[in-house]
Amino acid sequence: MKILKIFIILFLSIGFSHLKSDEKNDELKSKILKNIRCLVCQGQSVYDSESEFASSIKLIVDRKTNEGLKEDQIYKFLREKFGDWIIYNPQLNKNTYILWLLPLLLFLVGGAIIQKKILKKNEK
Amino acid sequence: MKNKFNLFTIIIFLSFCFIIFYKGLDNSNIYTPIINDKKDIPIFEAKDFNSNAYLKSEKIFDEDFFYIVNIWASWCVPCRTEHPLLMELSKNQSVKLIGLNYRDNLNNAKRFINEFGNPYSQIIIDSDGILSVEFGAYGVPETFIIDKKKKIIKKFTGPINKEIIEKIKLIIK
Repeated sequence: MKILKIFIILFLSIGFSHLKSDEKNDELKSKILKNIRCLVCQGQSVYDSESEFASSIKLIVDRKTNEGLKEDQIYKFLREKFGDWIIYNPQLNKNTYILWLLPLLLFLVGGAIIQKKILKKNEK
Repeated sequence: MKNKFNLFTIIIFLSFCFIIFYKGLDNSNIYTPIINDKKDIPIFEAKDFNSNAYLKSEKIFDEDFFYIVNIWASWCVPCRTEHPLLMELSKNQSVKLIGLNYRDNLNNAKRFINEFGNPYSQIIIDSDGILSVEFGAYGVPETFIIDKKKKIIKKFTGPINKEIIEKIKLIIK
């Protein structure tokens, strides 16, 4: 009887861990698909799009995640095929330096101007 | 003097914004991926259109030719307009045309080939569109030129026209 109980507990725990890993995999797939731009219905993510291109990409992402490829590796594959634009969240590279650094630069310049004004006011 | 300077700065700033937006609106907002570097052809295994046998990519592109991979489907209207040009191109001895039948009904595709002619030396089936994505295509029709070193050197999105045929002829010369 004891052995049977242990066997049932083991069986259930293995089953649940499998379900949990499936859930994790599905979450990862959704995250990736939401970050890929559909090139046919531009403005929609592959996750939301029903186009033929989107359904092919969904199959590819499904296959590649099942093969154990990481998120970055899948993005790299897609960028090589279609360019940086296919990913909603652009990476920092020579084409996107301005995009990433301009807000920071504006923030710093703005901050410096405000600080200078405050200091001037305090001096008065 | 200070007011004049402020007015001048505002005018310069507004003119700058106007030029940026004017130029921006003038550009097409539809993104088309462009091939800048030569890319290797993908390694794949696909079903042959006629025999249904599986073919490896090395076997398909094994001869010392320029290859043209044309992605087509019987349901694709622009494919019909470009088909006579592909028939003309297939007469060129220095190039081999490979057809990639995209997400199609096999019977309809066979009817299409019987009706309009077969310009391809080989047709492979891409039933789920994955192979087309591997090539870097996102729709039909799309045409790729592959050089003798088996690199993709040029891509044409949309139906080919006489101008594109001339460009292809220049490349494969």
